[in-house]
Amino acid sequence: MTRMQTQSQSQSQAPLPAQDGHVTADGRQIGGVMMEMKNITLRFGGVVAIKDISFDIRQGEIRAIIGPNGAGKSSMLNVISGFYHPQEGEVWFKGYRRGPMKPYEVARLGIARTFQNIALFDGMSVLDNIMTGRLNRMKSGFLAQALWWGPAEREENLNREAVEKIIDFLEIQNIRKTPVGRLPYGLKKRVELARALAAEPQLLLLDEPMAGMNVEEKEDMSRFILDVNDEFGTTIALIEHDMGVVMDLSDRVVVMDYGRKIGDGTPDEVRSNQDVIDAYLGVAHD
Amino acid sequence: MPDQQAPTGELHSVPALLARNVARYGNRPAYREKEFGIWQSWSWAEAADEIRALALGLMALGLKPGDHMAIIGRNRPAHYWGMIAAQMCGAVPVPLYQDAVAEEMAYVVEHCGARFVLCGDQEQVDKVLEVEETVKGIEQILYTDRRGMRKYDHSRMNALADVQAEGRAAATRLGPELDRRIAALDYDSTCVMLYTSGTTGKPKGVVLSNRNIIETSKNTAGFDRLTQAEEIVAYLPMAWVGDFIFSVGQALWSGFTVNCPEGAHTMMTDMREIGPTYFFAPPRVFEGQLTTVMIRMEDAGRIKRWLFRHFMEVARRVGPALLDGRPAGLGDRLSYALGRLFVYGPLKNTLGLSRVRVGYTAGEAIGPEIFDFYRSLGINLKQLYGQTEASVFITQQPDGEVRSDTVGVPSPGVELKIAENGEVFYRSPGTFVAYFKNPESTASTKDAEGWVATGDAGFFEDATGHLRIIDRAKDVGKMADGSMFAPKYVENKLKFYPNILEAVVIGNGRDFCTAMINIDLNAVGNWAERNNIAYASYQELAGHPQVYATIREHVEAVNRSVAEDPMLSGCQVHRFLVLHKELDPDDGEMTRTRKVRRAVINEKFADLVAALYDGSSSVYTETAVTYEDGRKGRITATLKIEDAQVFGEAQGRKVAAE
Repeated sequence: MTRMQTQSQSQSQAPLPAQDGHVTADGRQIGGVMMEMKNITLRFGGVVAIKDISFDIRQGEIRAIIGPNGAGKSSMLNVISGFYHPQEGEVWFKGYRRGPMKPYEVARLGIARTFQNIALFDGMSVLDNIMTGRLNRMKSGFLAQALWWGPAEREENLNREAVEKIIDFLEIQNIRKTPVGRLPYGLKKRVELARALAAEPQLLLLDEPMAGMNVEEKEDMSRFILDVNDEFGTTIALIEHDMGVVMDLSDRVVVMDYGRKIGDGTPDEVRSNQDVIDAYLGVAHD
Repeated sequence: MPDQQAPTGELHSVPALLARNVARYGNRPAYREKEFGIWQSWSWAEAADEIRALALGLMALGLKPGDHMAIIGRNRPAHYWGMIAAQMCGAVPVPLYQDAVAEEMAYVVEHCGARFVLCGDQEQVDKVLEVEETVKGIEQILYTDRRGMRKYDHSRMNALADVQAEGRAAATRLGPELDRRIAALDYDSTCVMLYTSGTTGKPKGVVLSNRNIIETSKNTAGFDRLTQAEEIVAYLPMAWVGDFIFSVGQALWSGFTVNCPEGAHTMMTDMREIGPTYFFAPPRVFEGQLTTVMIRMEDAGRIKRWLFRHFMEVARRVGPALLDGRPAGLGDRLSYALGRLFVYGPLKNTLGLSRVRVGYTAGEAIGPEIFDFYRSLGINLKQLYGQTEASVFITQQPDGEVRSDTVGVPSPGVELKIAENGEVFYRSPGTFVAYFKNPESTASTKDAEGWVATGDAGFFEDATGHLRIIDRAKDVGKMADGSMFAPKYVENKLKFYPNILEAVVIGNGRDFCTAMINIDLNAVGNWAERNNIAYASYQELAGHPQVYATIREHVEAVNRSVAEDPMLSGCQVHRFLVLHKELDPDDGEMTRTRKVRRAVINEKFADLVAALYDGSSSVYTETAVTYEDGRKGRITATLKIEDAQVFGEAQGRKVAAE
């Protein structure tokens, strides 16, 4: 029942291949719908941040949400992450309708995120910061961890191993023991990505991962995002301002303007969409 | 299965040495590598097992005696094992520079006709695939790191671990054949082929036999009394002969431990953790370290700065004497002991040099001030002189006879002679067999009696018997007035200043000398930051008037010191400019071992050279550059040219010339 609904819904809104799963040009496997937003409306008092938006995120894809400033992108991401609960509409995740949730419940569902303004623990080392991403996976109690006893020790070792693999993956071995506060901006962003990855998420939300970066840092970050998607099969939803980056990275793009969805499709389709062009370049009034 | 590699009695091949080490040091660590934050360790027995599995796997893939196997990657145990495994199969390992761009790699791969290529990671595999577009003959590609490799066409590609697994599975079938091939190896079998970077022309493949490598390792390990307890950090390019001698030759002969860092950027941390007892670095590394220390001291508080300055002064006075076992006064000894407590100990620890018993520098002349800095800290840093064709060692300094201006006495087993024109010739058990597929070059380098021309000009000091190298024989020239021109001598003096990274002195056949200078972005950038000088690019910083003023001070100080040597006083720098880009091996301006290619620079910057001599005060130039990813581009700049004061006789000469 749910499955069918999702299917019919998604076909009506975005140009999608006929079958559920398909393989992209570069050989990645895109699966069925993982998350679906249906007619979402989000209000803050009298301000309508998001107005009647529907779209879906498929298993294994890189999905971008773009739009001019104040379009409601971050609000949308917060709806996906469960931080905001929309007044109207439904959020479906892996075939279940999701009610209001606490952040830790969202994390347990397999959703992790990074923030637009870096939210790391400045005084802690890179390693410790990334370890915090594993908290959800630790089962031993407070006392056992404090005493470093039996299962707690084994668990810590396993978690450390997982974290070291991520450190290796993101090539930050040289700053493993450095306090985060001393790192340059681009590296902090990478550490934040590492922490999100440490939770082994199925869905990774990136809020402006390249904001404030120089060209070289952007290239690095783009490569890591693609690698994460490719190597771990993580589904990624990202918000980004840099159009070039978005168009190169994403499989499909949602375009928002003033809280409304004005475009949805592959980068090429979106690029040639007149509403999108108007929103970005302005409309000539004659 | 180490029992199948029982010592053969005669240690005439690398696999034979490996078997001996398994028997003698079986459980001692042979290799360590830091991975996933932890030092992984392999004993000699474990390493031998891995190497044998790899050799069997390579045979299963079809590696034949006489084949060449190229190895491209950073220093990892797996790559050293690859070289030994290749020899076991009767093949010849050819390590390549991992930062070489595809076209450089193509030449070498084609020249040696490599059928197998062992790559470190995806980046190297991509380069090899690019090479394959023009070069035929590569049949199998192996890779160490699996990351990103999943989607590649694997019909002719294998992960190293899979090759080993296949080798283990085929042990019974292929074992006897492998043992036959190992037994067939002797002193005349080729041990390794290394391509010289070549300051001129195309690289040449230097064929080194087991005799070359093992005899040299034996002699030099005896010279410095190396034991199985040494620890070395393998971080220099694997394609460089020095790394092969230290990490394979001497390591296998003495049975000591080879430690591989996690990556180039963790080198300093890893070195601190290991604390090597035997250490080798080109002058550039020591210069870089010293620059970092100086920068950090300038940023330190006033008390620390005073402590550092005070005790470094003590160290300069007392340190070398103590190191050489010469007498020193009681007060000095006490001061030095205090200094060790407050400054030298912590500093050495930070640099990872606390445990160094024998340290070497070679490849280029080292600035005397840099050399003395390390020695005064109590680090037994010595110089050696060598080249690929000699399996490194030609001369080296014995303990207690160390000086910055000589390169020491002939290494054990090496004979030396000086030709009429001052060029140094040597003959030794380490002398290379031949240049691969290049008999003409072999004949012109090595004569029938085995004497090899080094290409360097030098002389023996009468009092000590130590060799002194002046310069490359072909670089030593004459100025227009007939006085001696030795550019390296002046360049080395210039490069001692932390602000100067590289210098090229021009003047052969000219009336006076000029120089092109590269600033050190680290040092100058730090200075700019402290003085609130804003700059947007390397180019802008290099052209800053205050930077020019600083560089002129350095040039004039060097002129003053050059003027003291009557033989070379003509080499003072009259005019100079600061280059708008860093000299880079990717642009062909330097070799991969970072030696300046004079001919290339003279040609490429011909407009700048002309401007240095025609008296103009600035010059507009366009330069082609290669970016790190291989793309090409152009940069343009207008460079200032300034005059520097000269001293002594040269002063008058310049006036006369004008």
